[in-house]
Amino acid sequence: MIKPMRKFSSNLAVIVLLLAGWFAGPAAAQSLNVDIVGGVKTATPIVVVPFAQQGGTPLPTDIADVIRNDFNRSGKFRSLARSDIVEFPAQGSDIKFATWRLLKQDYIVVGRIKDSGNGMVQVEYELWDVNKQQSLLHQEMPPAPVGDLRNVAHQIADIIYQKITGVRGAFWTRIAYITSVGLGNHTTYSLVVADSDGYNPQVVARSRESLLTPRWSPDGKKIAYVSFESGNSAIYVQDITTGSRQLVEAHAKGINGSPAWSPDGTKLAVALSYVGNLELYVLDLATHKETRLTHNLAIDTEPVWAPDGNSIYFTSDRSGQAQIYQIPATGGEAQRISFQGQTNLEAAVSYDGKQIAMVQGNGNVYRIAVMDRSLGDQVRFLSPGPLDESPSFAPNASMLLYAATEGAHGVLYAVSADGMVRQRLVLSDGDVREPSWGPYRQQ
Amino acid sequence: MNKTVRVALVALLCIGAAACSKKEVKPQPTAPEPAAQAPQAPVSNGKYTPADLDTDACLRQRVVYFDFDKSEIKPEFQKIIACHAKYLQDRPTSHIRLEGNTDERGTREYNLGLGERRGKAVSSALQAAGGSASQLDVVSYGKEKPVCREHNEDCWSKNRRVEIVYTAQ
Repeated sequence: MIKPMRKFSSNLAVIVLLLAGWFAGPAAAQSLNVDIVGGVKTATPIVVVPFAQQGGTPLPTDIADVIRNDFNRSGKFRSLARSDIVEFPAQGSDIKFATWRLLKQDYIVVGRIKDSGNGMVQVEYELWDVNKQQSLLHQEMPPAPVGDLRNVAHQIADIIYQKITGVRGAFWTRIAYITSVGLGNHTTYSLVVADSDGYNPQVVARSRESLLTPRWSPDGKKIAYVSFESGNSAIYVQDITTGSRQLVEAHAKGINGSPAWSPDGTKLAVALSYVGNLELYVLDLATHKETRLTHNLAIDTEPVWAPDGNSIYFTSDRSGQAQIYQIPATGGEAQRISFQGQTNLEAAVSYDGKQIAMVQGNGNVYRIAVMDRSLGDQVRFLSPGPLDESPSFAPNASMLLYAATEGAHGVLYAVSADGMVRQRLVLSDGDVREPSWGPYRQQ
Repeated sequence: MNKTVRVALVALLCIGAAACSKKEVKPQPTAPEPAAQAPQAPVSNGKYTPADLDTDACLRQRVVYFDFDKSEIKPEFQKIIACHAKYLQDRPTSHIRLEGNTDERGTREYNLGLGERRGKAVSSALQAAGGSASQLDVVSYGKEKPVCREHNEDCWSKNRRVEIVYTAQ
């Protein structure tokens, strides 16, 4: 494996992290370049001191660096740049609080890594309140293989994030996306799964024809997606660990598209047009029984379940232009919920059902808008356009992923839920698109 | 089929055949490749043969273009519809796949729906002009297969299209 090359520079307003690298191995994918743009003055200042290593060979992962980048991406924290860190305490008793107060830090994280032998290491860390000089967390992580240190770092970032904000962290999660490399008949499409920060990309499926709409099962073990490999669209469900896959919708006639998992993972909402017009159905994965939800001549597509499983949001142009509607998951009357903007498409729902992200089109500009159902359906924009799409919430709704087009390239952005910090994920060659944020991972 | 429809169809076919055998072919407003060759009259019995697919100025045109977010067939494409419908009628074993496409604005799955609606509009028009439903298939690629990749109306107008693909001649 070739180690990624890193260059790091930072100030309070702009943090740029460039990362380029190719990962070896049959299932490895081209990795993403990562930029962070923007910054927030109101973000909480926190310093993550480089972790002290006690014995063993040099490690491939700078744990403090991974944690710092997680914090910066979230928009909630602003972590002190490595180059501004002047002292290197490894445990609480070594911290000189006056130094960090002078640097205006609210919190400090220190840690150390012990060699446990056989390629295993153990990480211990502490979180301190700088002003109160009080220990908030002191934890020893379970021993982990050296190759898993990025996962350990994301888990630590999650715990610290929760301790300070009260919200569960979602850094130790994975994302899925589609890449397209090459032009015309020489295009290769890949469904890729990577860490939430774009590292460790692995190809899950590859095709000469378009791949679309990857969607994580609620347990994070499977991904449903649309493939044109047979010439027409078809929906597959693939186990991402074993690679085995199941063809779940492949009507010879018409579209087989837009899979969306029910919150309990037993059903897929889909958009099918074999009856002659694009309609929504719910497919029971155990019985293969299809229940039709919509009946009209409009385009009805892009279903997504409300977290309680009782209703489904979807896109329909029944009013003339595409808007977001909500329909009971067992069928019935659909109600339009989007009224701002010329057109609204591709809803995504936060875990608590309070926020609905969507693509809003006005003229030739398509931006990611979030409607807050708890604030009288007020809408805020998270992206500048002009061709943004595929919003996907992190499992704690603190951030979203979406796809944008820059020049000839498709790129991904991770944006904090307040829209203040955006991070760009760029494929060095070809397009990256259709991001989908996976669920929380299980230990 | 009732009489009125039949009369209308015959009338349409006549218009189509006449248009196709005319010496002058108006260039299509948005078509990237206007007919270069003078049309040839169908063979003696007035029926198209597979060779005409390569030589006939009307049959050589196999793309129908659309307005943004629309699936109505514009009047300038009726002539193409008519000659391909006549071909389907003349060659009952022939088969067409209509590939619906859109420009890049809007989401991928919505555009799959829009591309299909365009494909179906062409399919209906071909059937109204004498083609048989069993000779026609529609597949939508949405915005997945653009012929032009710039972000402007000129490019978008080339991508909003249905391609007429003969899978059997």
